[in-house]
Amino acid sequence: MAELTYREAVSRAIAQEMERDASVYFIGEDVAAAGGVFKTTEGLFERFGPKRVRDTPISEQAIIGAIMGAAMNGLRPVAELMFSDFFAVCWDLIANQIAKTRYMTNGQVALPLVIRTANGGGVRFGAQHSQSVEGWAMAIPGLKVVVPSNPVDMIGLFAAAVRDPDPVIVVEPKVLYATKGEVPDGEVVDRLGSAKVLREGSDVTIAALGAMVPRSLEAAEALAGDGIDAEVIDVRSLVPLDATTILESVGKTGRFVTVEESPRLCGWGAEVASIVAEDRFFDLDGPIVRITTPHIPLPAADALEDLAIPSAVSIAERVSTTMD
Amino acid sequence: MSTTSKPVADEQVRLDMYRMMQEARLFEKRAQDLFLEGLIKGTSHLALGQEAVAAGFAAALRPEDLVYCTYRGHVHTLLRGAPMGALMAELMGRANGICGGKGGSMHLTDVSHGAMGSYAIVGAHMPIAAGAAWAAQERGTGQVVVCFFGDGTTNIGAFHEALNLAVVWQLPVVYVCENNLYMEYTPIGAVTAVANPAADRASAYGLEPIVVDGNDVDEVFETATRLVDRARQGGGPALVEAKTYRHGGHSRADPAKYRPEDEVKAWLASDPIPTYRDRLLASGVDATTIDRVEREALELVDRATEEAKAGPYPEPDALGTELWVDGGSAWRS
Repeated sequence: MAELTYREAVSRAIAQEMERDASVYFIGEDVAAAGGVFKTTEGLFERFGPKRVRDTPISEQAIIGAIMGAAMNGLRPVAELMFSDFFAVCWDLIANQIAKTRYMTNGQVALPLVIRTANGGGVRFGAQHSQSVEGWAMAIPGLKVVVPSNPVDMIGLFAAAVRDPDPVIVVEPKVLYATKGEVPDGEVVDRLGSAKVLREGSDVTIAALGAMVPRSLEAAEALAGDGIDAEVIDVRSLVPLDATTILESVGKTGRFVTVEESPRLCGWGAEVASIVAEDRFFDLDGPIVRITTPHIPLPAADALEDLAIPSAVSIAERVSTTMD
Repeated sequence: MSTTSKPVADEQVRLDMYRMMQEARLFEKRAQDLFLEGLIKGTSHLALGQEAVAAGFAAALRPEDLVYCTYRGHVHTLLRGAPMGALMAELMGRANGICGGKGGSMHLTDVSHGAMGSYAIVGAHMPIAAGAAWAAQERGTGQVVVCFFGDGTTNIGAFHEALNLAVVWQLPVVYVCENNLYMEYTPIGAVTAVANPAADRASAYGLEPIVVDGNDVDEVFETATRLVDRARQGGGPALVEAKTYRHGGHSRADPAKYRPEDEVKAWLASDPIPTYRDRLLASGVDATTIDRVEREALELVDRATEEAKAGPYPEPDALGTELWVDGGSAWRS
């Protein structure tokens, strides 16, 4: 057992899979010699050499296109997209090509590839480097999407993503890179499509994702002080989605809240809320509540950004009012 | 038409290229007829007139090589060896189509023959082809990747990103611009900063500017052989611009009335197929051999058409298959 930061977990995850499988390659902007702009890939270049850990030009279409083509011809490539906002400059490759090619060719093509990307706000980077875009990815049939919220999940879900035969987007909340967690020694491998109950409770189910997970746990502790016993679920995987774990929890608590960092419209919580409404309507004791960032681009100023993104305090307040 | 090129192909290869052009031409004409009969729905982008580019490259490739092409990709897929009946059935949306009816005209793919897909978003397949070449290089497979694209592609970002990466990484990929003078409905010269949309950009990436007569299959073959061999030996990527001409419009919906009559007439006179027929005859190939090739091509297209027409429509169950490698499309528990 060792305590790692999330950013150390990223490089350990990549190393674990590259060590295991010689067909795993890793490319991206500044990922090799420089060790990544977030220092998430330090040491990989030295360990695996300039062929398997490779710097690219600032050419997101070329990066994503290259891993698709490589996956079609025998590699299991991993690309870093430095900021998830850059999905917007290579979305054709992701949404039109990677997501659809297997289906369009009736299964002739498999694309065992991983795109990992730094996502979300909380670091004062302003509107073009702070978006939470996991909802974009989950909206396109043919993409799997996971969002690890802690170091051990980062390693386990990344390993599962690399070993999965389909394309997987690994979304890393950049505000969590400095956070720490216990990681067991040896190989860590998790499972896509599995949510985790992180705190058991009987009064309300809070489903959270990514950076909203630690905040929801903190909120649950505050709520406990007010006599509200919240169950907190880390959704972890948007596609495939572990609806079972969420529905079972709602069946027990009778109340359901989502906590989403993404802007309001069409966030992942809207889909999950609709599933709960369809499948567990008669178990509900009150309206489903979605706690999200307002439907705005994120401002840069810390005072404003902190107002926009759900915090432990704002989550606890909103959950508390829904219990009335 | 260039008549100065020295064909490096022997007679067997030349006859084979003639056969390929005939099959491609008759396939495209049949596809056009089947559209008019209402048996093919949607859209189609025919390569009538451009067959020599596909045939010249197809003849220069090995079975393990990989080809990426565009939505104007029927003939590239066919000439890699994809079964014609399954291609025709795909155009007709039948279950016996090469993609089970899920791809259609713009997405013909036959991975088992190295036809790695027809890509319908302009430019997207250029970096994908680079990636396939990267895998070939790293795995030491000796494969070469050939990527066909239209003149309009030279003005989109992915073209430039892919060429730069291919050169920086010295990838075994040959990019082939099929310059048919029109990007969809607009003359390419009216919207492009340079006269030769691909070749004039080559030097920006340290590549040799290469222009070939895309209606001269011997010249295409000679250039293809040289560049493919060089790439296979580790000599890096190449960019070729083949000048050619669409006999028809951009797509099914386009009667191509924007093209000057004189221009159309001049290009029809340099139709790659009858001119090559004449050249073969002049070089001593006897007429009965050529007639036989033509007859067999027509018989092949007839059989493919019947095979396609006889195919069933896809079962409803097919709707939810093959999104994932597990064969299904489930997204929740």
